[in-house]
Amino acid sequence: MSAQLEQPAGTATERAWRQHVVDRVESGDRFAGMHGTATGSGVRLTAVVSTDDGFDLIDTELDAETLRYPSLSAWLPAANWYEREICDTFGLRPVGHPRLDPLVLPLGNDSRPRPRPGSAASIPRTTPDEAALPLQVLGAGLFTIPHGPVRSGVFESVEYLVETPGEDIPHVGIRVFAKHRGIERRFQDVGVHDGVLLAERVEGIASVAHALAYCHAIESLAGVEISRSAAMVRVLFAELERIANHLDVAMKLCDAAGLAVATARFGVHKETTMRLIGSMCGSRFGRGVVVLGGVSALPELSAGEVGHRLTDLEAAIRADVAPLMRTPSFLDRLRRTGPLSADLARTHGALGPIGRASGFDDDDRRRRPYDGYTWLDVPTAVVVPDGDATARLRVRWDEVCSSFTLAQETVADLLDATDTTLRVPLGAAPGRGVGWAEAPQGEVLYIVELDDDRIVRCKPRSASFHNLVLFHDVFAGDILTDFPFIEASFGLSIAGVAG
Amino acid sequence: MPWITRGLRHGVVTTRWPARDDAYQGSWRGVVDAIPEDVPTAERGAIEALCPTSAISADDEGLRLDRGRCILCGYCVNLRPDLFAWSLGAATAVASRTTLVVPARPETNEAIDATRDELAARTKMLRRSVHVRHVDAGSDGSEEWEILALLNPVYDIHRLGIFFTASPRHADILLVTGVGGTGMLAPLARTLEAMPTPPVVVAAGTEAISGGLVHPTYATSGGIGGALQVDVWVPGSPPSPFSLLHGLLLAVGRLT
Repeated sequence: MSAQLEQPAGTATERAWRQHVVDRVESGDRFAGMHGTATGSGVRLTAVVSTDDGFDLIDTELDAETLRYPSLSAWLPAANWYEREICDTFGLRPVGHPRLDPLVLPLGNDSRPRPRPGSAASIPRTTPDEAALPLQVLGAGLFTIPHGPVRSGVFESVEYLVETPGEDIPHVGIRVFAKHRGIERRFQDVGVHDGVLLAERVEGIASVAHALAYCHAIESLAGVEISRSAAMVRVLFAELERIANHLDVAMKLCDAAGLAVATARFGVHKETTMRLIGSMCGSRFGRGVVVLGGVSALPELSAGEVGHRLTDLEAAIRADVAPLMRTPSFLDRLRRTGPLSADLARTHGALGPIGRASGFDDDDRRRRPYDGYTWLDVPTAVVVPDGDATARLRVRWDEVCSSFTLAQETVADLLDATDTTLRVPLGAAPGRGVGWAEAPQGEVLYIVELDDDRIVRCKPRSASFHNLVLFHDVFAGDILTDFPFIEASFGLSIAGVAG
Repeated sequence: MPWITRGLRHGVVTTRWPARDDAYQGSWRGVVDAIPEDVPTAERGAIEALCPTSAISADDEGLRLDRGRCILCGYCVNLRPDLFAWSLGAATAVASRTTLVVPARPETNEAIDATRDELAARTKMLRRSVHVRHVDAGSDGSEEWEILALLNPVYDIHRLGIFFTASPRHADILLVTGVGGTGMLAPLARTLEAMPTPPVVVAAGTEAISGGLVHPTYATSGGIGGALQVDVWVPGSPPSPFSLLHGLLLAVGRLT
């Protein structure tokens, strides 16, 4: 069925652009994001749509006087948060948007200057206006429990407004702006090579994946192939990062269930994983490993030693996963908790483990392989349709197993490696490139525009940003005490959402 | 039931640090050292340009490196091993911002001792029951992981009488991470306001100290120093759990 778009908003060009994006998604491509870029003559809006082997950028140009454009959200609900972000950062209003509340930068007053990423003009220090967000709770006996932005525990700053009549949770409001750092504008001030270091800090718990996606965007522009050894080292660190993240989720789920011993056990495994990463490169988050054109160095441990440690770690984790997945007091808390419907996962294009646990799988490592994954056989993911917190944990355990397999394969490959090149030089290559990598949270996308050796615009699109909006839709029938389970089962980072 | 035996089976995995040495702590690349050397005028610009966060300065007074700006990228160590080196050990926290600039200027030692004594006197009453309130003021998320690691059995911060608390009213120490995002300054001030006085503030991580690579933008401060009176500075991007532990122990005067 083709949507008939009849609302007379925007110019013919803008409406044609919207129709084009909607048609692409209806024909089966995945809507993967949308962003604006300030240009000399106005703003360029770019929708990102997946293809079989990459991503297409679909542009439309708005001139400087244009303050409105036809909203995509009415036809593509997945565009909702993207349009809200563009409204905050550019002051552009999507006509027909269902609920245009501020998201990353509430300013209240329309006359305050917006950051307008892509523009070189300096903007003054900007403080978000907490009062600019509407507070509206509708329903008999409903009240709001604000969680955050300073949470009870060691958490990243975010405010969840839980609307409840006392037990059920009919609605959760999500406010992410407290952590907004304006990092997209910061990319424009750092050099192309230092951009890798900044990408590592966009979402610190997925440093390797962000560095990879950033480098892929620029390497594709320059048209360079990295060496096989470098490609394998990249995979090794990326898979260890995945293991650490999934162990973190397991640890937080056990903690929510009050399983003290299990929490401690998975805490120890996570520490072991991070120490392994740290002893290979000096950073417990794998920072500094990925550089443009390859990797900075081989792991400081011998490939054989890494292999041994991986074997021991995998055995230790397996020995604790088996009893955990048979502990009734734990499983009862996860079963049918926070269900995400398969329909919504597919139409939204839910990324990573959240998508796979609701029957939707679009893993970049398999669909659009990069680095070592082009040679390695990425095991087929378990895709389960249940969509609840149990399903998400099962998918994560399956990914941990395949991560160990992949890491061992890279180790074997590095043992036999004859090509010792780790880094190939990159020539200046102006233009716009798209890079991607499968982070533990799901696909990370970078759209980078270069002008000789300067970053004109860099748009990181984390899986956390794309997935967090689904949090609104998973509280059907769940109660207040389910909240920590649902939050932990998503396994997202707010730093990657707030930007 | 199976969990009880699973917990006991592995024996004690907890470090004894700081009472005893810890091999991992001792081998950790905590910070970078600048080797005192006169740098020829012609080379100074190139050496300063090695650093993406402008942590290096080379002038007539010699070569200096500000660990409060350093994000441990290792560029300088790799390219000029004659001038820069990793300093091993995670005991990297300090009680005065100027101490983070190395090599230290000799005249500052007295002032540093005075600062440290003042802090120790202020926190003497806390003894072995210390409650910490963490606030994220715009971190990248990695600092929170390292703080949470302090609760795992390997570090087990409870053995030292240090606890994390949900309420600022119960907190003795405010542990702050992140660049000081403008959106977090008001919540941060409200948290401090709710704490008993005098509060002890620990800035955890290079971003909380100077803003690191993320600063400056329209929505960041160069660390939290402008918003709060910081007592202890823990460098690192992010600081390792041992460094954070060192910072907390330094804050309550429990290091000899």
